[in-house]
Amino acid sequence: MNLGCGQVGNKQSMMPSSSGGSWKSGGGGGGDGGVSDQFPAGLRVLVVDDDSTCLMILEKMLRHCKYEVTKCNRAEVALSYLRENKNGFDVVISDVHMPDMDGFKLLEQIGLEMDLPVIMMSADDSKNVVMKGVTHGACDYLIKPVRIEALRNIWQHVVRKRKHEWKELDPSASADEQKPPEEPDYSSSANEGHNWKNTKRRKDEDDEADERDESSSLKKPRVVWSVELHQQFVAAVNQLGIDKAVPKKILELMNVPGLTRENVASHLQKYRLYLRRLSGSQHPGGMNTGFMGGPDAGYGSMSSLNGLDLQALAASGQLGQLPPQSLATLQAAALGRSNNSKSTISMPVMDQRNIFSFENPKSRYPEVQSQHLTNSNSSKPINLLPGIPTNIEPKQFSSLHQSGQHSLGSMNNLVLVQMGGQSQSHSQTPSQTQIHAQSNMNIHNGLRQPVMSNEMLTRGSVADMAPTVYNPVVSVSQASSLMNFSMNHKTDSCGSSYPLGGSLGMPNIPTTSTALQGDGNLDTKVSRKGIAPSYDIFNDLNQNRDWGLQDVGLTFDQSQHTIPVGLDASNPLLLQHNRSSGRDMGGQTRNFTSGKVSLSPGVDTRTHHNGSNVGQRHNTYVKTESDNDGSCHSSIYSEQYGQDDLLAAILKQQQHQGVGQAENEFVFDGYALDDLPV
Amino acid sequence: MHRQVANVRKSLFDQGYLDEQFIQLEELQDNSNPNFVEEVVTLFYRDSARFLSNLDQALEKRSLDFGKLDSLMHQFKSSSTSIGAKKVKSECTQFRNYCNARNAEGCKRTFQNVKKEYTILRKKLEAYFQMSRQVGPTETACRPSSRLVMPIVPLYLYLFTSLKQQTSYTDDVLLLLHTAINSGVTS
Repeated sequence: MNLGCGQVGNKQSMMPSSSGGSWKSGGGGGGDGGVSDQFPAGLRVLVVDDDSTCLMILEKMLRHCKYEVTKCNRAEVALSYLRENKNGFDVVISDVHMPDMDGFKLLEQIGLEMDLPVIMMSADDSKNVVMKGVTHGACDYLIKPVRIEALRNIWQHVVRKRKHEWKELDPSASADEQKPPEEPDYSSSANEGHNWKNTKRRKDEDDEADERDESSSLKKPRVVWSVELHQQFVAAVNQLGIDKAVPKKILELMNVPGLTRENVASHLQKYRLYLRRLSGSQHPGGMNTGFMGGPDAGYGSMSSLNGLDLQALAASGQLGQLPPQSLATLQAAALGRSNNSKSTISMPVMDQRNIFSFENPKSRYPEVQSQHLTNSNSSKPINLLPGIPTNIEPKQFSSLHQSGQHSLGSMNNLVLVQMGGQSQSHSQTPSQTQIHAQSNMNIHNGLRQPVMSNEMLTRGSVADMAPTVYNPVVSVSQASSLMNFSMNHKTDSCGSSYPLGGSLGMPNIPTTSTALQGDGNLDTKVSRKGIAPSYDIFNDLNQNRDWGLQDVGLTFDQSQHTIPVGLDASNPLLLQHNRSSGRDMGGQTRNFTSGKVSLSPGVDTRTHHNGSNVGQRHNTYVKTESDNDGSCHSSIYSEQYGQDDLLAAILKQQQHQGVGQAENEFVFDGYALDDLPV
Repeated sequence: MHRQVANVRKSLFDQGYLDEQFIQLEELQDNSNPNFVEEVVTLFYRDSARFLSNLDQALEKRSLDFGKLDSLMHQFKSSSTSIGAKKVKSECTQFRNYCNARNAEGCKRTFQNVKKEYTILRKKLEAYFQMSRQVGPTETACRPSSRLVMPIVPLYLYLFTSLKQQTSYTDDVLLLLHTAINSGVTS
């Protein structure tokens, strides 16, 4: 239901129809006060568990709590429910062990695409599994057998998330905005997040009025961080320098009417987390240094910003646990570095890998770390590109990013790429989408932002990026989207110009179609523009793959198309996301299915590392999605990025890793590689 | 007859076949769904048959894949836990321990125990449900707590009456308590 965003008049924000509205809708929108009073009754829950006994019991328990329950025993089915009905659910409860898809993967997907609170549950109460849940962004972890008391309180997660969104949207709004309590939704939503408790206490009569006002003020329509918006944001941040980027200044630079400082602040936070994650994944230890490219070099700026994160991460040495942070750091680094030389990129690449490795944090981390370390100072793009299944991706992106050309965008691409690669490892399908997304992302330097946002969104836990933004990405028909994408790319070309073609210098992009390199101007912008707005990193990736390449100015021709195709096949779901992004490039509707992938192509390119490797990486990543035919993908990516570094990195990586890896890498948990610290 | 059913039920708990979770299921049962518990348990039988046969097959292999065994058993254990099958669950845990220790013999042995406990529980539950159906739904839905209250009510009444004689304001108190007890019993 719409909380009446329109009324809020906040153009940029989109009401997060999901939870807020859902509530009401669930309750049939009974009056303003109705919802708040009934809350949490009517909460729309989606339960996913392959065990039908458990499913039945849970459903009964939830109904007893007066929630609206939808159950399904397969993760794919659950995802399709969620996608069909964007705001149809308020919270998702999922089992960890499922035969068709790992619960954590589902968790990430949901976080990326829909940014709904997800509660994990399992009979397994071992610490590492619970930790995994936390790192993947689960709101809560229930141990089976689940008691009804535990379920009674799940509404708190919804409220909490809403609250976050509101704050992000416009905290000041609540203060100054006293919207007429016309929208029951508002009340409900507002109540949920912000003064839900208060309203509850207050109870009807005057409460309603109060609530409404409050809610209206509190609940500002969510700002949808469209690709364009994100692009602007990233540009502003880069301009200011990651460490100096303060919301106020960013806001001024962006000069977007209707955007509040709060919105920017929350978005910035997410972005930082994303970067941190990127960097963190690489290697905690390395992060500090490696990330930013040369610990002292360009990264310095980043370090400052994310340095804390990275260092913290590094210090903790818990890459696995802090993937998000590393990404964020990476991003930060990337941001800071966007203009830095390639050297920095190398680091990010490593980080990127780490970041990407989030997907398989456990397994990856060791890799990442080592890689990170090694990469940090070596210009081995390696991991960045898809070639590197796990860790590389993030790194690559970061490095690519660093190449500095593309600032965040490239990172995103890289990230995306990597993510794609990673995803591959995880599963063909998911990776594919990711790759797609990544590829798309890559292409769009500008995408970075979206990537980031996706990352952030996916991470859900990390930050509440405007989920809405990512959503659009999700669904797109590949073919058309792809094409569109390319077109969009051209037109959009975000600001970051990726010198895809030339710079990357992907010498060996085996598959890609032709010469992405072509026109040095990686039109990342092209794609980016359109893509940037939609954070669907994944979408972008997909798009990138096909389109991006084209736009990039490289002569992708068919290869691009092929790539997406490949991708789609394997993972319809994933692909969808990507595709959709292509479609909507400009629109926010892109859903990031792959969510994670938000690697920004730019990132890849940036990685200077070995330019070629980078390029390769991209390719590999791209490929991974579809079917590992890295050649196509990789080439595409590399081309997309058009950045020497990127290409080099990609190529190298491919060589090192092989396509397969890339795919795995892609399974990026939705960390936006956008701004891998370059 | 009601009492018999109640006793059977109580013995299931006392002997450790069922645990708290089963009570949770019972609490979920209401008029709109009077046979909820039985339905759930039937679903459990169905799923269990599949899990157990998978485990059987996996255990027959010459070289055991402990990872797979662990994962299969995890599913079965999770199902058993949901209905409160206490003994079955503990045997499952034992099985998983042996799996982790890669002790093939231990696994096979424990698996036999798992099957045995499962069969026993199933028989008992089937008998219990059959009996309850004969008696009528309300009795079976009786919670242990209420049953405990029942014998105590007369005692309370006695105490209150005696108190009442001694104090003047006990009337109200007595009335309240009496009502409370009665409602507690009937709840």
